[in-house]
Amino acid sequence: MASNSNSSERQRIAQQRLRIIAGHLQKHEDGESGLIATECKAEAAGSNGANKGTMPKKRQEVMKWNGWGYSDSKFLFNKKGQAEFTGKRYRLSGMILPSLQEWFENTFGASVKQHKSPATPALNPGALPPPNLNAAFLKDLKATGIPFSHEADDRVFRAHGHCLHEIFALREGRGFQRVPDTVVWPNCHNDVVKIVEMACKHNVCVIPYGGGTSVTGALECPPNETRSIVSLDTSQMNHILWLDEKNLVARIEAGIIGQDLERLLNERGYCTGHEPDSMEFSSLGGWVATRASGMKKNIYGNIEDLVVHMKVVTPRGVFEKSCQGPRMSTGPDIHHFILGSEGTLGVVTEVTMKIRPIPEYQKYGSVVFPNFEAGVACLREVAKQRCAPASIRLMDNEQFQFGHALKPQVSSIFTNFVEGLKKFYITKFKGFDPHQLCVATLLFEGDRERVLQHEKQVYDIAAKFGGLAAGEDNGQRGYILTFVIAYLRDLGLEYYVVAESFETSVPWDRVLDLCRNVKERITRECKERGVQFQPLTSCRVTQTYDAGACVYFYFAFNYRGLADPVRTYEQVEHAARDEILSNGGSLSHHHGVGKLRKEWMKESISDVGLGMLKSVKDQLNSERPKWLHSFQVSRPCVSRNVQAECLSTTQQCIRLHLTHCKNRCQ
Amino acid sequence: MTAVNYDCKDPSSCRPEQGEEFLDLLEERRKSSDIGHALRTFNPSPYRGSLSLTASDLNRTVMDSQYLRYIIQEVATETGESVDLVREGASGILVEMSQNLQLGFIRLLGFTLSKVMKRLFTHININPDGLRRLQQAIQDSPVILMPNHRSYVDFLVLSYIMFTYDLPVPVIAAGIPLMDMKMIGEIFRRSGAFFIRRAIGTDKLYWAVLSEYVKTIVRTGYAPLEFFVEGLRSRTLKSLTPKLGMMHMVLEPFLKGQVYDITLVPISISYDRVLEESLLARELLGVPKPKETTMGLLKARQVLNEDYGSMHVYFGMPLSVRQLTQARVDRCMYNLIPRDLPQRPSPETQVCVSWLAQQVIRVQERGMVLSPWSLIACLLLQHMQESHSGLLAVEGLEEGLALDLLTQETLWLKELALSFGAHLDWPKQLPEHQVMSHCMARHRSVIRCNQGRVVLLKEEGHVGAGLTTAEEGVVRRAGAVLMVAAYRNQAFHVFVRPAMLALAIRITNSSHREDIYIYFIFLLDLFSNEFIFIAGRSFQDFEEACSLLRKCGAIHTSQHEVTSTEKGQRTTSFLLALLQPFIDAYQVVFSHLCDGVEVFTEKQMVPAVRGLAIKLILSGQLRSYEALSSDTQKNVLSALLRMNAMTRLTTGEQSEFRTNKPSVRRIADTLAGRRPPQLIQTIPRL
Repeated sequence: MASNSNSSERQRIAQQRLRIIAGHLQKHEDGESGLIATECKAEAAGSNGANKGTMPKKRQEVMKWNGWGYSDSKFLFNKKGQAEFTGKRYRLSGMILPSLQEWFENTFGASVKQHKSPATPALNPGALPPPNLNAAFLKDLKATGIPFSHEADDRVFRAHGHCLHEIFALREGRGFQRVPDTVVWPNCHNDVVKIVEMACKHNVCVIPYGGGTSVTGALECPPNETRSIVSLDTSQMNHILWLDEKNLVARIEAGIIGQDLERLLNERGYCTGHEPDSMEFSSLGGWVATRASGMKKNIYGNIEDLVVHMKVVTPRGVFEKSCQGPRMSTGPDIHHFILGSEGTLGVVTEVTMKIRPIPEYQKYGSVVFPNFEAGVACLREVAKQRCAPASIRLMDNEQFQFGHALKPQVSSIFTNFVEGLKKFYITKFKGFDPHQLCVATLLFEGDRERVLQHEKQVYDIAAKFGGLAAGEDNGQRGYILTFVIAYLRDLGLEYYVVAESFETSVPWDRVLDLCRNVKERITRECKERGVQFQPLTSCRVTQTYDAGACVYFYFAFNYRGLADPVRTYEQVEHAARDEILSNGGSLSHHHGVGKLRKEWMKESISDVGLGMLKSVKDQLNSERPKWLHSFQVSRPCVSRNVQAECLSTTQQCIRLHLTHCKNRCQ
Repeated sequence: MTAVNYDCKDPSSCRPEQGEEFLDLLEERRKSSDIGHALRTFNPSPYRGSLSLTASDLNRTVMDSQYLRYIIQEVATETGESVDLVREGASGILVEMSQNLQLGFIRLLGFTLSKVMKRLFTHININPDGLRRLQQAIQDSPVILMPNHRSYVDFLVLSYIMFTYDLPVPVIAAGIPLMDMKMIGEIFRRSGAFFIRRAIGTDKLYWAVLSEYVKTIVRTGYAPLEFFVEGLRSRTLKSLTPKLGMMHMVLEPFLKGQVYDITLVPISISYDRVLEESLLARELLGVPKPKETTMGLLKARQVLNEDYGSMHVYFGMPLSVRQLTQARVDRCMYNLIPRDLPQRPSPETQVCVSWLAQQVIRVQERGMVLSPWSLIACLLLQHMQESHSGLLAVEGLEEGLALDLLTQETLWLKELALSFGAHLDWPKQLPEHQVMSHCMARHRSVIRCNQGRVVLLKEEGHVGAGLTTAEEGVVRRAGAVLMVAAYRNQAFHVFVRPAMLALAIRITNSSHREDIYIYFIFLLDLFSNEFIFIAGRSFQDFEEACSLLRKCGAIHTSQHEVTSTEKGQRTTSFLLALLQPFIDAYQVVFSHLCDGVEVFTEKQMVPAVRGLAIKLILSGQLRSYEALSSDTQKNVLSALLRMNAMTRLTTGEQSEFRTNKPSVRRIADTLAGRRPPQLIQTIPRL
């Protein structure tokens, strides 16, 4: 293999290579470590003022108000029609992507020159309903000194996650029927306790807000909610409280976002290894609340494997375990009520999490397979032998081509030549059909010797399934795609293309059938619903487990000619979810349920199962049960959120949608 | 051509396109070389997701399947035999069963069939729109070709058509007897036939091999799969109630999500004259059918000199299993058991599969093309019934029916049939009397026209041992009558619903819509083995019948009333007379059951009923020759079993039945109008 011949050279370079995410992440000028070992004191934090994390209170100052990520980073087609990625934050930043336009136009039937659908340039604060304020609550709140705001842009920013319909509404300047009335920024656990207590006392709703990256509609405010809604923004609770090198755990405030956590730990020589694709923006509390999954879970585990201890503020009070034993047999694990609770039971304020020393060595890799079937068979074998690398993902042909369209301009003729040669070798010499072949991307991590050994083992298995090693670059590019995909959606929206992703987990023997059937279903549903252009449907097997895999889908189409593209999109996604369930897939692997998938909860976990969840919620809210009773009689549930149903009571209420996080793009 | 699939949840209610053109396949064959046709470039577009396996790959996939391995293990445990031995057994079954489709043989077949078909038929008419739809469907998903089965000719004609129009040649489920014919069996095998034993019973291993074989063909998109959902060649030329075993196998890959969709293509094959017409009646009368042998086939060459008129092959609208099962089956039920393991279909699935099979058969019926002869047959039999044996040329003494009258009635019936939505192949350019004489010429083996009077002929030759002359005479006459009846039966599906309604109005002697409807449901239930009614559709059937009779002026309807009209007398009496033979036959069986022994086997019942019927016919008390037909008798049996008026004591070849005499009597009385129907089911709203 051309790519293997100079592998020792590469390994050397790899030492210096930024770790996967670090490479994509922003540099930090302020050298503040963010490590504090003292309890929060509200005044101290208040007077200190300076924010230690990436996320300021006024998020809209660095983030887009109507799209994904940083304001300074976006894809655009320049005057020459070539795609480029602006800003300086990412590896792709400032680069020209010469093939993207052609791919974009061919795939979607879109036209970069002719058909534009630009967004409303700025938020119109006048369109917003005035805040519905609870004077008594505000009075108490002011007394505590916890910062808060009624500004329109603050409120709108926290009224949504990143579902297509939410972003679409913002771009169209339509906004939302109901947005939070107040935004509060607690600085520590005790602040949260105070806020929740006051909310209970004054009958105010609380919606916890972490990274705001939810893709399940969990942050939506119920349109007919008459009580005052407080958005509890955890972004200022972003400290590592302590670090225990003997047990390799760290106590962390739950509002910290992934990139800050990783940066701070790295400074001390550690990492969590938890890298959901949204980790730039999503928060620890959100990970816990949605049962997040990281790209490298094969080594480090998913969030439920990483959490050792947590502190949660509920309307009934604070709950936590009394020790940090690594495993307990003390009845069902109460952490698991919170893991996946999506903010309905309480606010996660502090988490003790496992940490690991930064791995000595990392190496990307990739394998090309003649077709998706061979690739799945290979991944299955890798899982069977339990030798999965830190990350192994199999992209289908569509995604492979998509990835290729994101290749930056190559300056050297030689590289061009080598690329051409590789392509020739694979398609002509090996007879791979360019419209069938697919690629698995790999990431190895550990000490150098073991990585190399591991690498060989995996490539040997791949060879048995007709896989050809295809170099580190292809591997790395695959991972880049997942970080920029959300930015790409904003590009699509500029040119009549709507896009979204969704995921599932499924037993191994059904992976192929599920992928094929779901893609086919989407294509046919689009056609039936009058979508004029062939949709893009693409999937990848993105995580492997002993008994199955996680499959991630992308779905996009050109909506020119459609009256209500969002509705059409939602109908198709609904059908796709039905198809997933009929094919033995789960309702969600790591995105969660939110309001988007609430309707399938009952069939997913049975009546009894749902009842169990509800009773837990009742317990946490039943301080004064007679009100709960009157609520049930007099008021139908105001929220579409499945978890919210039992949480609201008339007098004493907190509605918690703790969805700090989406862990999108796993 | 836009929609490939029916977009409706009830395909049986969708009429085939009226006025869809037919194209004569033989026309081209008569103009150009058959060799050239056989050797032409054959380059069909297969199913997009097809895995392009060879026949031996297919067999290997079956043998290696998890499912078969599981069953082999189970059988080995149950029988105590070694796994290897059981596996060998399975392999043997597969070798016996499997097809070996080869293009060379298809070409040979193409050549031979060109020759044979041109001799037999004047036209083979095909709807080209249907072919186009089929071509598209084949590329989109695995396709199941589901023709009706009226003649051995059905067997390869689809392969021939598919070859001619550059469509992938199907693999065909065939009965074992065909395989045993020297050479022919092998030729069939290489033309894509695979062979299924009759009466598999409880042979677990055989079922496993067969179902895995069928499922693998569908799952891998190996080739379109052709099978006869009626299970058997219909001896009565009526549609038979569907057999569901094969249907379950075929649908499973969809239900388990292994393919995105499966397309069922109902195909209606209609003959002006069926090759084996003389055999049909004999078999129904219990004269054993000759074993299928190659020599027999060669001897049958004389058939090549006869005129069989035209054959119509109507490719119906492709039905998407996905669409049709959408709200009927929850595929999630397969989520909790590995798909490779056997899982009994849920009651919900069974109901759905049966419904689907009935739908297919109804669509087949709707696509049938009737020849004028079928109409003539209806009328002839009615006249015969009225005047008893008046039409039968017994010793040349009968004077027959005036041709003019028959012609005039046929023209009347033609209009009625058309208004009921029938497809008629009535030669437009010919004057009426020529149409009549052509028909009669083609069927001169049973009908003659002497000096303007039409008579039926009786069967020649030996009919059976141990019969007295009088009885023999009856059986001979029955042979002729049942043969004509078979052609009448071809048209039955057009009239049966309005006829049931007319009967319900007559028997209930009421104008109350609900009374009539309740009796209508009783009739549907009782006769649902005789005619195809789709389960759960009785209300639509009733509405449909009302609307047809209203359209031709035979009834008035209001919200609560249905009344027959003076003007519609002719229609009504025609429809009633059409049903009469079946009603009589059912009553004969009922009375035998009520008077006879309580416990019996089918083998005992059939001759006994036949004996009774002959006696009644001889004494002039019975005019229905249907009562002699073993088919009718078996249908009564099935109906009574279904209606719990009879129980099956043992299963297998020698099933014993026990009659619940009071129940049978009740049903007989209800049919005769002596008591109102018992409500068994809850009546859908009116």
